[in-house]
Amino acid sequence: MIKAENLTKFFNDFKAVDDISFEINKGQIIGLLGPNGAGKTTTLRILTGYFNPTLGNVNYDDLSIIDNPIEIKQKIGYLPENNPLYEDMKVKEYLKYAAEIHNIPKADIKIAVNKVIESCHLQEKQNQEISKLSKGFKQRVGLAQALLHNPEILILDEPTEGLDPNQRIEIRDLIKEIGQEKTVILSSHVLSEVEATCDQVLIINKGKIVASGTPQELSQQATSQTKIFLTLEGPIEQVKETLSKIEGVERILKAESKDNQIELEIETDSTMDLRKKLISLVQENGWQLLEIYRQEKSLEDIFINLTN
Amino acid sequence: MNHIIAITKKELRNYFNSPLAYIFISIFLVLAAWLFFNGFFEYNQASMRSYFFYMPWLFLFLIPAITMKLWAEEKKLNTTEILFTWPIKEYEAVIGKFLGSLLFLLITLILSLSIPISISFIGELDWGIVIASYIGTLFLGAAFLAIGLFISSLTDNQIIAFILAIFISFVGFIIGEGIVLQAIPGFLTNIFRNLGLGYHFTSINRGILDSRDILYYLSVIGFFLYLNIRQIEKRRWN
Repeated sequence: MIKAENLTKFFNDFKAVDDISFEINKGQIIGLLGPNGAGKTTTLRILTGYFNPTLGNVNYDDLSIIDNPIEIKQKIGYLPENNPLYEDMKVKEYLKYAAEIHNIPKADIKIAVNKVIESCHLQEKQNQEISKLSKGFKQRVGLAQALLHNPEILILDEPTEGLDPNQRIEIRDLIKEIGQEKTVILSSHVLSEVEATCDQVLIINKGKIVASGTPQELSQQATSQTKIFLTLEGPIEQVKETLSKIEGVERILKAESKDNQIELEIETDSTMDLRKKLISLVQENGWQLLEIYRQEKSLEDIFINLTN
Repeated sequence: MNHIIAITKKELRNYFNSPLAYIFISIFLVLAAWLFFNGFFEYNQASMRSYFFYMPWLFLFLIPAITMKLWAEEKKLNTTEILFTWPIKEYEAVIGKFLGSLLFLLITLILSLSIPISISFIGELDWGIVIASYIGTLFLGAAFLAIGLFISSLTDNQIIAFILAIFISFVGFIIGEGIVLQAIPGFLTNIFRNLGLGYHFTSINRGILDSRDILYYLSVIGFFLYLNIRQIEKRRWN
């Protein structure tokens, strides 16, 4: 089990991480969610032992990241942000080197390298120089390096950053597969990804944890609000004024004119279903209703709310 | 130990994977040979003395060229974030890089053996002195490597690493030379002379492997490797 206690990290005067504590159980897939600069990468770097926290500690079972870094690093596979690689080396060469540093016995290195080349689909590129690979393949090399020594814990910083939609799905599936046996900690600001892959989500903003729970729990937490989307024909200012006066309408998030149609996004109290009221109101005023639908608040909205 | 060997192999391979190795070796060998053969036939002696005479100067400018990337490039590409989240100790990385560059230097020196071998065909070459001189050259080179390696760890810019290494090596060299020695008060002369990188080389070049000189170079190497390790460790406590 991983226990982070009161982690704080200062860079000169800048407080990147502000008293963060959390616990991760074996076999979980945890997502760290937050805007850029929130402190996700710094937190992960502390977890991986890249640098020490200014205050606080991380314990992996009975090992401490400050006192037993080497033992912990042996158990971790890390894919840093921007996937730094030794560009002059060939893929297989690099993985062999990684294997040596990870204390894989000489006799087993070949097998381990081939295994990871297979699981990351790098067969056709294994003898290519890393600098010549596409971003997607480079990402897979980075992942391969993290999986090589079969670590119990995988830490991935923005693993799908810069990948095209197909590649994202591939990596996502790979992560889900790996997550069945290993503990995975990943950071992202692609909410759909976190929703799809993670058991637990920690939302971080300005160095602090602002929310935590399962994706479902977090969605429920904020179902005090619902959104209703309307498309209609009518005078925009009058429409906005009339609608905002309805009981249960919290605020009008968006009102845009397109041709002579108005598209509206309204935030409403989720204990009330305002659709009927809105429809009859539109009819009363002689506006043409073209489209209406209701949307439960998503992780995205919670995220924006908490990190604005 | 395995880690150190792995890194040594990797760095050595890295040198030869790029044109840098071949350019360096060519320039070094050609320049050294040219400087040597300039006065060789006039002098008319089967001696390598003047070959090794220029070593400190050649090393001064050429060795920073091979050490500049060792840490600076890793910092620039951020591969340090990989290296130091792997289960490896800082000193293993430092020593591995040092040994890798040392082996590269050794290969270069071995390639220069063509010169004493050719000379031995045309005259009586004292191989004892030559071997001692080569050993001394290796120690001298190792000292310059340790300095350059440390300087490289201070920056992510290879050019700065290069220039600063030349500067520091130059200072380390010049304090033991006549130019500086004559300008300082008498009681300091001996101290300065014994601190100079070049001074200890001249006695080795005469064919005398004095343990004091070896000790001196080992101390310089040890000192800069130690500084290097501390510099790398600083990252953790930033």
